Amino acid sequence: MTGTGAEGLDARLVVERGSFRLDVSLTAAPGDVVALLGPNGAGKTTALRALAGLAPLSDGHLRLDGGELDRTPPESRPVGVVFQDYLLFPHLTALDNVAFGPRCHGAGKAEARAVAADWLDRMGLAEHRGAKPRRLSGGQAQRVALARALATRPRLLLLDEPLAALDARTRLDVRAQLRRHLADFEAVAVLVTHDPLDAMVLADHLVVVEDGRVVQEGTPAHIARHPRTDYIAHLVGLNLYRGRAEGHTVRLDDGTAIVTTEELTGPAFVAFPPGAVTLHRDRPTGSSARNLWRCEVAGLETHGDQIRADLTGELPLAADLTTVAAAELDLRPGATVWATVKAAQTHAYRD
Amino acid sequence: MTRKSGGARVRGGAPLPLLVPALIGLAFLLVPLLALLVRAPWTSMPELLTSPEVWQALRLSLICATAATAVSMVIGVPLAWLLARVDFPGRGLVRALVTLPLVLPPVVGGVALLMALGRNGVVGQWLDSWFGITLPFTTSGVVLAEAFVAMPFLVISVEGTLRAADPRYEEAATTLGASRFTAFRRVTLPLIAPGIAAGAVLAWARALGEFGATITFAGNFPGRTQTMPLAVYLALQSDPEAAIALSLVLLAVSIAVLAGLRDRWMTAS
Repeated sequence: MTGTGAEGLDARLVVERGSFRLDVSLTAAPGDVVALLGPNGAGKTTALRALAGLAPLSDGHLRLDGGELDRTPPESRPVGVVFQDYLLFPHLTALDNVAFGPRCHGAGKAEARAVAADWLDRMGLAEHRGAKPRRLSGGQAQRVALARALATRPRLLLLDEPLAALDARTRLDVRAQLRRHLADFEAVAVLVTHDPLDAMVLADHLVVVEDGRVVQEGTPAHIARHPRTDYIAHLVGLNLYRGRAEGHTVRLDDGTAIVTTEELTGPAFVAFPPGAVTLHRDRPTGSSARNLWRCEVAGLETHGDQIRADLTGELPLAADLTTVAAAELDLRPGATVWATVKAAQTHAYRD
Repeated sequence: MTRKSGGARVRGGAPLPLLVPALIGLAFLLVPLLALLVRAPWTSMPELLTSPEVWQALRLSLICATAATAVSMVIGVPLAWLLARVDFPGRGLVRALVTLPLVLPPVVGGVALLMALGRNGVVGQWLDSWFGITLPFTTSGVVLAEAFVAMPFLVISVEGTLRAADPRYEEAATTLGASRFTAFRRVTLPLIAPGIAAGAVLAWARALGEFGATITFAGNFPGRTQTMPLAVYLALQSDPEAAIALSLVLLAVSIAVLAGLRDRWMTAS
């Protein structure tokens, strides 16, 4: 990230509310799309509201293009917001919704409407100018909301769960369109989501927030390869362990050892995908796999044509296997199984 | 009333200990109104209603009730907004005080207004000596007395609508560059317009029927402060037929208000 200069966003957001404390630092250069990714209740939306000026900062700072915004009221910030449920004004047409911002910024009625019409055209909504929000589909409403936020030419665009209100089919289309619009946007965009796919498709920098703190940040590819918390590992579908590395072995706190191909010393993470796990009914003999653990089936879940087995025992882990394999192994909750993982299938990296 | 609630109906008819008092109750409410219609001097009605005294009282009533409603809207809607949207210490107490005129005997309201705005009242003496304004026993006094009694209806109705309206629309407006007042004017006000309209109709109906506070604070001067209810009361002693005719006019207005609000009340429940 290069947001340290005068241009772009440089913020440390501290918001205290009761026992909850949010403390998140964000930097971004113009043109960057940053995703705040995290579970519900992590404080993502609070961070967005603080950026918009709708929640006051308890501490920290907020600079945009070199100017201090901490104490600027929301109506004077060069910020545009796309709310989760859009909040299009129900009594105004799509055109007047988009024209609302330019009007508030001093444009005359005709001028504001011309700007709004231009934005709606760009969003492919030319024929919906006169429609009231309740007549728009979810995807159309989302684009009107985006046009309304962009029509004030913000230097910071905020999107709160921009795709959460859409059904699965619309989501695909809207996600692709939104990606194009965000790529065209020349200032900083920050989006909040709990969906890792949205985050990875739309953003070029991820900030993972848990319990009000940043637990990891980096490019989507880096975070997918090197998760640092169970939450992220679960999101990207990896088994993740933390321990101490001595050569090719990473020893966990409870003594369990995992053999890897990487050679490291000191605190380290080990990750492997559930598909790398092979399950056996009896203790395997002559397996080339270097890792062998005795486990118990805690639960089974169907994922498409795969079965995800949730295992406890020497090493808690998730294993994917085919329906046929599950039937042959006679897997059921409570059954004892042996799990093997090849060293080459694991990935160890420094803590 | 509605057919859909048939599932809740008691099968085999209601038991007598309930049915009898229920029918008495219904009769108690309806018979007086029917009696008004039965005894109405239908033949002389056109003549009565076009007499200058009646016309004067009716005109004054309509003007004063409308003015009182306007006053209530100008100061009542912002008050409702304050109660619904701004968190300040003692808000619960203020809300209780605002609703007090709903339960206060109107005569007491009239006396209180005299103490405040009368010629020697707490505020009135200054109005008199500084600006030469006298309010009691004037048409303006009628408007004030009616507004005092009727405004709580509007405030309660508008506050309820505001509470039900999503405050995040105002937030959305501020992120688009609207000041809080612009957000209120261009977003909140249109959203709560139905609530304001319903509150205004209620307040107008209440103002139209106002008697106690008006006669106490504004007196009973034909053409100046004698509104319909006052005229009805006075006419009952001298010309009962005129009183009935005037009462029928007020009854008709009440039924019209009820019909106008019916949809709203049906959907609100």
